Amino acid sequence: MEYINIIFHETYKILFLLVPVLVSVAMIVWLDRRVWAFVQKRQGPNVVGPFGLLQSLADALKYIFKEIIIPASSNKVIFIIAPIITMTLALIAWAVIPFGENNVLSDINVGILYIFAISSLGVYGIIMGGWASNSKYPFLGAIRSAAQMVSYEVSIGIIIINVLLCVGSLNLSDIVLAQQNIWFIIPLFPMFVIFFISSLAETNRPPFDLPEAEAELVAGYQTEYSGMMYAMFWLGEYANILLMCALGSILFLGGWLSPIDLYPFNILPGAIWLIFKIVFLFILFALVKAVVPRYRYDQLMRLGWKIFLPLSLTYVVLTASYLFYFNLLPVN
Amino acid sequence: MKITRFLKTILMTDFIGGLFIAIKELFKSKKTINYPFEKGKISPRYRGEHALRRYPNGEERCIACKLCEAVCPAQAITIESTERKDGSRKTTRYDIDMMKCIYCGLCEESCPVDAIVQGPNFEFSTETREELYYTKEKLLDNGDRWENILAANIKSDNPYR
Repeated sequence: MEYINIIFHETYKILFLLVPVLVSVAMIVWLDRRVWAFVQKRQGPNVVGPFGLLQSLADALKYIFKEIIIPASSNKVIFIIAPIITMTLALIAWAVIPFGENNVLSDINVGILYIFAISSLGVYGIIMGGWASNSKYPFLGAIRSAAQMVSYEVSIGIIIINVLLCVGSLNLSDIVLAQQNIWFIIPLFPMFVIFFISSLAETNRPPFDLPEAEAELVAGYQTEYSGMMYAMFWLGEYANILLMCALGSILFLGGWLSPIDLYPFNILPGAIWLIFKIVFLFILFALVKAVVPRYRYDQLMRLGWKIFLPLSLTYVVLTASYLFYFNLLPVN
Repeated sequence: MKITRFLKTILMTDFIGGLFIAIKELFKSKKTINYPFEKGKISPRYRGEHALRRYPNGEERCIACKLCEAVCPAQAITIESTERKDGSRKTTRYDIDMMKCIYCGLCEESCPVDAIVQGPNFEFSTETREELYYTKEKLLDNGDRWENILAANIKSDNPYR
């Protein structure tokens, strides 16, 4: 009986996290399309609901009622598992994101490592989808995606080491609390820029959306998918983008902390501040999508391996020597 | 030269400039319209869906002279006529095959009594081909429905005819 109680309790907690995340994914898709349209002086989706806010729900409803087509030559089991993996991995990473002090689903000590591991696994969903489709465009898209995500994962990892050097803990709440005096965006600004660009590449956003470059690869690894399975890829992708925005705001923008610790600001609950920061980063994501053209593949690889990796490594050395010289290394 | 280029790359000046242009454009007025709720302005000469007009007393204008049938380059118009009891010549059949029609407007131009006209309606797509074989009833019905706009359009275009 007690077990059942615990299970119900945990399920409620998970639902309380998951439902808002899924709703905000839907909202963020709308925001993305709307910002993109506004930059191009179009109206964007504005018919369904107030300001078109319910557009994503209408789209989801459409996807649910569409037929799921499974290609005859595909590897059916893997074909079906792939979108499930993508979406699950995008959602379970949210477990360690802190929305306030002690306001986190699972406050594990290696939170950042957990997120890093999960987002590395994310590439499997894409690879499996691309390979199981047994068709040339999805396959090429999956190969590109794998290479891209692996290369940018490396530089993201090294950027995270910079932050960890300053914090001395892998726990995300500790990382946020370490920024009470100064947000890491100020001392580590170049790293923030590289992190932002790398997370664009990591989530396959323009200008690094080569895996689904519609001009060359139809829709990349999603080409053979339809109906709800396509929608799951799509949900997972946007949940990943949201996760990257959350990670960026936790690592560099002080997570749930208010910008100034003064009366009118610190009265707002931390979750609101975190959401503000996530939305701010996401609007930047959307603006970048509207501004820049797509990278060529060799340029993408050059940027990842020959510029970002040496830069972030140098900065690790710099940060470490600075902290060591001034005796600022955090001691736990 | 190389130094400035290097600095430009490192500081991402081009990208940041582009970003600010994007933010500026974000708040400008939109160039597109809310189509189904809001439609673009069209000229009074617009050659849209056909309509057969009537005189104010309800009598059909068409005198079955068949000029439109003769001039139609796509041969989309079929007219049959008969003499009425009062001695006037009227159509018994006036069909337009809207799938043959090329919307050239020659029927409207050739009509001596402004009976066949092309109105401002451009939203008459149908789900079957059969619905696009317009009969006399359908055309007269169009004329009744659009009469106000049709009359105003003809009047405003009159000086240029």
